[in-house]
Amino acid sequence: MNTTSSALRGLRVAVTGGTSGLGLALVEALRTRGAEVAFVARDAARVAAVARAQRGAHGIVGDVSIKEQTYPIALQITAALGGLDLLIHNASSLGPVPLVPLADTDCEDLELALATNLVGPFRLTKALLGALGASAREGRPAQVLHIGSDAAVTPYPCWGAYGASKAALVHLSRIWDEEMKPHGIRVSAVDPGDMDTPLHALAVPAADPATLKRPADAAREILDGIEAAIASAEVHI
Amino acid sequence: MKAAHEPIQRPRDARLLVVDAAGRLHHDRRANLADHLRRGDLLIANDAATLPASLAGIHVPSGAPIEVRLAGRDMLAVDAVREFTAIVFGAGDHRTRTEDRALPPPLAAGDVLQLGPLRATVQRTLGHPRLIVLRFDGAPNVIWAGLARHGRPIQYAHIDAPLALWDAWTRVAALPVAFEAPSAGFVLDWQLLASLRERGIGFATLTHAAGISSTGDAALDARLPFPEPYYLPASTVAAIAAARTNGARIVALGTTVTRALEHAAAHGGPLRAGEALATQRLGAHSRLCLVDAIVSGTHEPGSSHHALLHAFASAEVIANADRALERHGYLTHEFGDSVLLERALAPTAAVTPSEAALLAD
Repeated sequence: MNTTSSALRGLRVAVTGGTSGLGLALVEALRTRGAEVAFVARDAARVAAVARAQRGAHGIVGDVSIKEQTYPIALQITAALGGLDLLIHNASSLGPVPLVPLADTDCEDLELALATNLVGPFRLTKALLGALGASAREGRPAQVLHIGSDAAVTPYPCWGAYGASKAALVHLSRIWDEEMKPHGIRVSAVDPGDMDTPLHALAVPAADPATLKRPADAAREILDGIEAAIASAEVHI
Repeated sequence: MKAAHEPIQRPRDARLLVVDAAGRLHHDRRANLADHLRRGDLLIANDAATLPASLAGIHVPSGAPIEVRLAGRDMLAVDAVREFTAIVFGAGDHRTRTEDRALPPPLAAGDVLQLGPLRATVQRTLGHPRLIVLRFDGAPNVIWAGLARHGRPIQYAHIDAPLALWDAWTRVAALPVAFEAPSAGFVLDWQLLASLRERGIGFATLTHAAGISSTGDAALDARLPFPEPYYLPASTVAAIAAARTNGARIVALGTTVTRALEHAAAHGGPLRAGEALATQRLGAHSRLCLVDAIVSGTHEPGSSHHALLHAFASAEVIANADRALERHGYLTHEFGDSVLLERALAPTAAVTPSEAALLAD
């Protein structure tokens, strides 16, 4: 085995929310490490621009918060990659912008946060579980990674919609893992930390970017973690 | 038989007719499928996801509305998505039975078809007014996006509600290469897979581009099934070899799995992992090399799927099972009930009609 080669080389990875912030950094880092990448985002022009910049990455236009788009997205992911080994749920919605207390949060904003951050990932995982199961049976890695947040743990005022949706997502992830482990599919969540991203700028416009983590650094840490998990499991690509 | 007209993959009251190797019949609930498998058996499913293969559009030279149903291709590679065998219907939609659907306008090589965002050209006709080879314009990603956005899974006149992709994908659906749902696999859910594991029953998959099962046109149906590419994973080849060594049974979940496995085994040597093109027809004349039993939907006499069942048991046993399905009100078609048919122990000709009559329930 070539130890200088990344464990991600040849891995078939899908990233939602792949045209900005952490998602874009993940797409870039995954390509650098030799993974085959498909990414999903809502804006067709930005998807096309990222696909042009990241040679070989497959851009898919879609909105994970919309039920009817789940299977068309899943279809295009497996079609682009010829299967799927790793699904990264990165697309997120803050809920109400600017952030407001729960008492001033419209139901619709809470619903949108839940649709994007909880129900959407659940649906897309379900639609792609067959592809992940096929990878597991062939001895390949089969993983789902959810991007969590410290707002899932700490009750920050004004982060109610986002925090509650991420807390539910993290718990969903743990139950997924318990249930799918016997089938060879592992599911986890990771908190990337406070990053200098468009989402963070929406949430905390006054934050000094210099105090925030760069998305590229967070992406590197996350991918290092996945590489270690693959290396410790008895799977090969 | 009555058609199941609700698109429910696992109805609570779904039934299973077991036809054992001696031709005896047993009625059970389909939820008890695992009870009829033995420790060590290997259940093999088709993990193909279903394409949105029905494309409404316009035959540009005549301006006439058409429905194109993608029906076959020779390779599974996801970027080999430009050229398809296809069946073309004229005006109307799935609510008209396919038998009664209008012919398309006369089609000729070079005709352009506008199918929503997708543009295709007729490459050649195939000796029938409905049957063509078409070629999509554009890069594979663009074609896939067009299919995902505009295509719908093939619809059925006997199903009331419009079918969505989630109705047509089995729980193990992976690569989108099937033209119609490999519907025998509707029986699967993750609880059943866990139960198989607990009982020491193996589970493996292959990927088979299940083609169109019937067109409503006798001349076309006589040409089914079209050649169907399939992919046999190394892990499945290994699982089959282990099951054979242990004297365990290979149980195919569906006609498509049977066709692929028997194609792979037909040369007599060890199975090879990888992609191949199944071209054979299975029927009464076939000698099964690998598959010991099939779990299948209930198929109606006359279809290519029904013909395949005759590879497992004599015409008398099949006719007897058909009568039982009819008499006991089993439901047929994609969302219907199931049959577990074990390969007859003796050469199938050894069961005489009088013996079969004795076996009738």
